[in-house]
Amino acid sequence: MKALRFGRSAALLSVAALALTACSSADNGGNGGASSTAPAGSSSAAPAGSSSAAEGGATSDVQGNLVGAGASSQEAAMTAWTQGVSSVAPNLTVQYSPDGSGAGREKFLQGATSFAGSDAAMDEEEAEQAKQVCGDQGAFHVPAYISPIAVAYNLPGVEENIKMDAETIARVFTGEITTWNDEAIASQNEGVELPDTPITVVHRSDDSGTTENFTAYLTEAAGDAWSYDEVETWPADITAESAQGTTGVVGLVSSNEGAITYADASAVDGLGTVDVKVGEEYVAYSAEAAAATVEKSEANEDGSIELDRATTEAGVYPVVLVSYHIYCNQYKDQETVDQVKAFAEYAISEDGQSTAEGAAGNAPISAATRDAAMERIEAISAQG
Amino acid sequence: MSTPAPATARESSASLRGSRAGSAGDSIFSGLALASAVVILLVLAFVAIFLVSEALPAIRPGADLDSPVDSFFEYVWPLMAGTVMAAIIALLLATPVAVGVALFISHYAPPRIAKPVGFVIDLLAAIPSVVYGVWGWLTLAPLMVPIYGWLNEHLGFIPFFAGAPTTTGRTLLTSGIVLSVMVLPIITALCREIFTQTPILHQEAALGLGATRWEMIKMTVFPFARAGIVSSIMLGLGRALGETMAVTMVLSGGIFSWSLIQSGRNQTIPSEIALNFPEAFGMRLNELIAAGLMLFIITLAVNMIARAIVNKHKEFSGAN
Repeated sequence: MKALRFGRSAALLSVAALALTACSSADNGGNGGASSTAPAGSSSAAPAGSSSAAEGGATSDVQGNLVGAGASSQEAAMTAWTQGVSSVAPNLTVQYSPDGSGAGREKFLQGATSFAGSDAAMDEEEAEQAKQVCGDQGAFHVPAYISPIAVAYNLPGVEENIKMDAETIARVFTGEITTWNDEAIASQNEGVELPDTPITVVHRSDDSGTTENFTAYLTEAAGDAWSYDEVETWPADITAESAQGTTGVVGLVSSNEGAITYADASAVDGLGTVDVKVGEEYVAYSAEAAAATVEKSEANEDGSIELDRATTEAGVYPVVLVSYHIYCNQYKDQETVDQVKAFAEYAISEDGQSTAEGAAGNAPISAATRDAAMERIEAISAQG
Repeated sequence: MSTPAPATARESSASLRGSRAGSAGDSIFSGLALASAVVILLVLAFVAIFLVSEALPAIRPGADLDSPVDSFFEYVWPLMAGTVMAAIIALLLATPVAVGVALFISHYAPPRIAKPVGFVIDLLAAIPSVVYGVWGWLTLAPLMVPIYGWLNEHLGFIPFFAGAPTTTGRTLLTSGIVLSVMVLPIITALCREIFTQTPILHQEAALGLGATRWEMIKMTVFPFARAGIVSSIMLGLGRALGETMAVTMVLSGGIFSWSLIQSGRNQTIPSEIALNFPEAFGMRLNELIAAGLMLFIITLAVNMIARAIVNKHKEFSGAN
């Protein structure tokens, strides 16, 4: 009898455990931030001897707790940064909750957080609001997280990268081109044996910065072929497959021959990727080519980048997601200034970028971008 | 003569004491029961108040919505339709099977088989919805693709099977099938309990009058259990309407369509909320919560209808 009871409660427990796991895995999308608050444990994300790589060489004695919120696209990189920052400032704890870009900017503008992560730059209205929190000099952007978006497909028979121009990509994703051996694709891929497999378009079913940046590219570079504008949610008018999150779309494409999607380039292992036409050449995605897009684009006065996605410049891969860190030019007290400087400088330092690359697979920013950003960060000061 | 009297007095006083102690327990218990009832109502009220207050900015006319639509209703009706359609598919598929399984366990199977079958059915209820979602996505959906092609080819004149069939199987019909597996154990467990409650006398009387086993079930078990079957279906419906994770993983959502075999069509309210909540803020958040309010209202309406049906059939059930 006792054994039976024990068995019963054990069964109950295991069921409860399963159910709880289910809940927590569902929550991760939204509130995983709590786990990224891990304090300055010397984690494996920070390579040994990295302190020497940081600006200034010595570790700083900045301490306290710095709080930020924003884009979930940066979550993996931010986890690496919040842990790795201990190599330059062992007593500084940085918390980041990946609530989404919009929510991150809102919290920053309310003064609830000291910095924001955002896939989009602040608009004029927000820039005005920022002056109320940050003082008259407002806030600025640092393009700290650059990630190439790969156009990835599953065609087992095709060895070479398929080449497409922006217009063709747009027509594939709107469902206008329905088979892989369509004339529009074939004419750009001479010598490649394209099968007559139907194309299955897969897009993100959740709101996403990846969708926003991909559609921004199509809007700017594809002309009339893409009429849906730059959107965070995939246009419902297009009948297509969808899945949740980067892993979802990549998983769906992997299991369906002829499927195509857009996804963070770090996640598309094993799939074919499209070489995108820029100017007269076709460019494969690479970290350097993505970083070059940001470097070659014009920076606004507030540090945000006017990405030239319709660029014709050689060696540039224009389908990128740029996510900013937004900081105040002035903070209320020196303590916060020191904290922000320590973190901001670490995040864009060579060490910080390569740490993030290891964790998130993003493209390290170029030296020119870093220098421009460093200048702005150096200038952060305390109010009056 | 005098001796029994004190004895009775003692007895009666003892029983009085007993009943006094009993009445203390009684009042404590009724207090606890009352408190539980009040707590449940309070929680429900708080949820309702939260939903209404957060939803109001999106629902009121002229609201500046985040989605590219003119009114909130325009945004939410396809979601409501998708939710109800998925739930109806689930129930249409699950109910006959569930009733059949329950009858098998209660009236047909020898106990040696009935027990394990009942156990397996109960086990289905314990599987987390993520697992169903993954199963639906990776196993069921690809299996359904040729079936959808066949349906489209032969029954394409019916709006449900019209349009270009899916190539991945991620459709509302697949979601409905996954949901039906998920509600199956709920309906089965309840039906089984009710079927076994059928008075043996009724059953034996029917058999004694020469009824076959099926006639006996038709004449005694079903009338007795009708109200219970309806309640169990409604419980299943609640699960089907509110299921989030499995649908989110199985369905390629989109705009409303009668077609059940196309991808990128239809979406359910819970799945829409789950997908968009993490990045939502401002008005978008209000929209999503308002969609949640609509689901709340649908569930409420369904339960009231169910209650009405149960009440109507109560007099025939034999339960009273």
